[in-house]
Amino acid sequence: MSKKMHIKLNVNGKDEEFLAEPRELLIHTLRERLNITGPHIGCETSHCGACTVSINGKSVKSCTMFAAQANGAQITTIEGIGGTDNLHPLQEAFKEHHGLQCGFCTSGMITRATKLLEEIPNPTEEEIRFGMAGNICRCTGYQNIVKSIQAAAAEMNAAKEAAE
Amino acid sequence: MKQTVSIRGSAHTDLIHDSAIKHVSGGADYCDDIAEPIGTLHAYFGTAKVAHATINSVDLSAVRAAPGVVGVLTAEDVPGVNDVSPTGRHDEPLFATEKVEFWGQVLFAVVAESRDIARRAVELAKIDYTPLDHVIEADEAVAKGYPHVTPPMTLKRGDVAEGQAAAAHRIQGQMRIGGQDHMYLEGHIAFAMPGEDDDVIVHSSTQHPSEAQHMVAHVLGVPSNAVVVNVRRMGGGFGGKESQMNQFCAVAAMAAKKWQRAVKIRPDRDQDMETTGKRHDFVVDYDVAFDDEGQIQAVDNTFAARCGWTSDLSGPVTDRALFHADNAYFYPHVKLQSRPMKTNTVSNTAFRGFGGPQGVVAAERMMEEIAYKLGKDPLEVRKANFYGDTDRNLTPYHQRVEDNVMPRLVEELEQTSDYQARRKAVLEHNAKGGIIRKGLSLTPVKFGISFTATWYNQAGALVHIYNDGSIMLNHGGTEMGQGLNTKIAQVVAEAFQVDFDTIKITKTTTEKVPNTSATAASSGTDLNGMAALNACEQIKERLVRWACDHFGVEALLVEFAPNQVHVGDKTFTFGEFIKQAYMSRVQLWAAGFYKTPKIHWDREKGQGRPFYYYAYGAAVAEVSVDTLTGEYTVDRADVLHDVGKSLNPVLDKGQVEGAFVQGMGWLTTEELKWDDKGQLRTHAPSTYKIPLAGDVPREFNVNLADWSENRELTIKRSKAVGEPPFMLPICVFEALGMAVASVADYTECPRLDAPATPECVLMAVERLRG
Ligand code: FES
Ligand code: FES
Repeated sequence: MSKKMHIKLNVNGKDEEFLAEPRELLIHTLRERLNITGPHIGCETSHCGACTVSINGKSVKSCTMFAAQANGAQITTIEGIGGTDNLHPLQEAFKEHHGLQCGFCTSGMITRATKLLEEIPNPTEEEIRFGMAGNICRCTGYQNIVKSIQAAAAEMNAAKEAAE
Repeated sequence: MKQTVSIRGSAHTDLIHDSAIKHVSGGADYCDDIAEPIGTLHAYFGTAKVAHATINSVDLSAVRAAPGVVGVLTAEDVPGVNDVSPTGRHDEPLFATEKVEFWGQVLFAVVAESRDIARRAVELAKIDYTPLDHVIEADEAVAKGYPHVTPPMTLKRGDVAEGQAAAAHRIQGQMRIGGQDHMYLEGHIAFAMPGEDDDVIVHSSTQHPSEAQHMVAHVLGVPSNAVVVNVRRMGGGFGGKESQMNQFCAVAAMAAKKWQRAVKIRPDRDQDMETTGKRHDFVVDYDVAFDDEGQIQAVDNTFAARCGWTSDLSGPVTDRALFHADNAYFYPHVKLQSRPMKTNTVSNTAFRGFGGPQGVVAAERMMEEIAYKLGKDPLEVRKANFYGDTDRNLTPYHQRVEDNVMPRLVEELEQTSDYQARRKAVLEHNAKGGIIRKGLSLTPVKFGISFTATWYNQAGALVHIYNDGSIMLNHGGTEMGQGLNTKIAQVVAEAFQVDFDTIKITKTTTEKVPNTSATAASSGTDLNGMAALNACEQIKERLVRWACDHFGVEALLVEFAPNQVHVGDKTFTFGEFIKQAYMSRVQLWAAGFYKTPKIHWDREKGQGRPFYYYAYGAAVAEVSVDTLTGEYTVDRADVLHDVGKSLNPVLDKGQVEGAFVQGMGWLTTEELKWDDKGQLRTHAPSTYKIPLAGDVPREFNVNLADWSENRELTIKRSKAVGEPPFMLPICVFEALGMAVASVADYTECPRLDAPATPECVLMAVERLRG
């Protein structure tokens, strides 16, 4: 066993501080240490996207990052995007447009999509399909996932315009 | 004044998935999210690294000695029977003893303080084997005289020799159809908690909690009443969690009882793919005789399947391949045989369609053969062979097709998809002889609904109304994303005329409904919906009887209106009404039961009515193929699918879309590869390619046949939807074939094998160019 490291994270706005072995994976920190179970484990090899979180504004697959690598970072998981009574427009859209079946991919999909819409606020269908290529869904055939993201983008852009 | 209020979430309305809000906010609990009690242990399988061998010695001393390891489980530690065979054939040892029969077979399990420790400790085992010859392919198994894992079946009608003699044409050929990994996003998992006496509770992600319960009891050597299996929801199942979860449940339960601590087992994705079964690969030898019009006169086909090392569900799977070897077509003279072959591979299992898709693909191959031979549009040949309404309607298993909507469905789709004009355009495009070739194809699906194991067609449900008017619903089905819970709650909401939110749908548990069937064969809603309705009707009957008595009115005057009950000229809210009934000591709960009527099946004779009804669908796909690289895109797909009178169109449409894309993956990119040593080399999403968001049809129009109603008295006249649409993307496969065939001016059937990977397409192009 190697020497434990002192790690500080800010997860969903809350400061966390703990000692962990250098090999502790971020997904395990989130799920097991912090009891944040929205990010799921699908493949543990960076391929499925079920574990996607945002780290300092970037989409990251938390199954292949060490907690130590995230030291000092701001992390957002699905839980930090919106709760049941204050859903983010993407969450609302996935719910309303049936962008989910078993739901196992959903938290990663939505977390990734929040960043996609920051990268490209008004994406074409092609851009959505390409931008979501790191997230697998085995149930939906992606149709409603794409629709949900389109609907959320429209909603968010309209809200932005109204505010301007 | 008559008010047109209605309840929220009645039957036949678009209602979002009941867990949707939890899914989008991360609050939906899967098995791995259940909080672990202090002291939870973790188990991990040690598996064989050889495809076929005798085991000389097993040395686990280093495993046991590893820090953090609590113990090891082998066959010797099994208190009951070392077997998890789902059909009771006793051919599936939980832990291997003398022999290894496939690469990835479970030899032992390590139980440790953490999952990481258990995974590392597994590597310390020293196993000495003497390797034996192994067989991977089904036809190789036939050639080498390998046994059947379960008795084969033959379906026969008419006289094939006579039909062949009278026919003008006859074609013989062979087609290879690949398997498929389920790739459910949530892998296998079981989490066991020891109880007092013999008791154990197992949380799992299984489609078949009752079977898992019986298997755990069998392995532990305790009665079934000592074991509880709970399933809240699954992160996808698709058949892969029907029988395959048994081994995980059994090991977790064994360890929990032995060490009296909670034990979780969750393989990583590679182990999940190596040690659990997949869709059966088939080698189909076909022999079809037909006349100048392309109408089939005789069919004589043999279906050899790669079943793996045990029978598992291969009997009913290969049977279902034969039941669907006709797809939507009438064969005047027919003989169909199954060869469920033993191979040194993981034991193949249930997967959406359950053998049916392989039968359908082979039927469609024959249509293509006929069309190329006669120089016709394959659609014309398909139409010429459709089942008739009153004649030409007998299946190879002697059931009459009485609800045929195929001609109407196909005609409608042909119009809405503009098939004829587009076919002309595709032919013209290809005639120019460019590098990019196009293909267009329309294929039908007819799929029989019911478990062919007739006794499986039963279900139970438990409905409680609490004295505040809230309702709790429990049934024997499991939720894996298909929206079963939502649909059944809609049925209950409609029965009592209360808003959907009045109803709480609880986890599936063997404690509430016993002896349930697997949530499989697309039957979840058909069976459990009827059982729930039966429970509601019992309670309603009691309530009406009581109200008549109590208020002195006739039964006719007791009306369940939206969220209210009218009794004569009095009106109560549903809650008030229930409270009064409770005060008058009315029993406010009921257990419902249902068994599918009309079905029977004699496997020996190959005759009966195995299916209650059929579901139908059709799809058209247009593809572009790069003939220099074999790469392709699906430019457009149009679907028209029959779900009867849909209980929930938005959920049903989601099932159709998802099934289409999953089926397309099976036929195009999802390739399972074993190496010379018998190791599966595609055991993770890095090497096994399922469709991504950008791989689906560029334009995708999916419609439900809104005029359809089930002719049989199913739940609200709906039809099952889980499996039938899985076969719709066969049109993609055939369209690829057309694009390939264009390089030889359509004079030769392209004979693509499945999956038609770009590599396979390119090789076919080269072959046809000669
Ligand atoms: S679990 Fe991290 S990408 Fe699959
Ligand atoms: S909804 Fe099941 S994997 Fe996407």
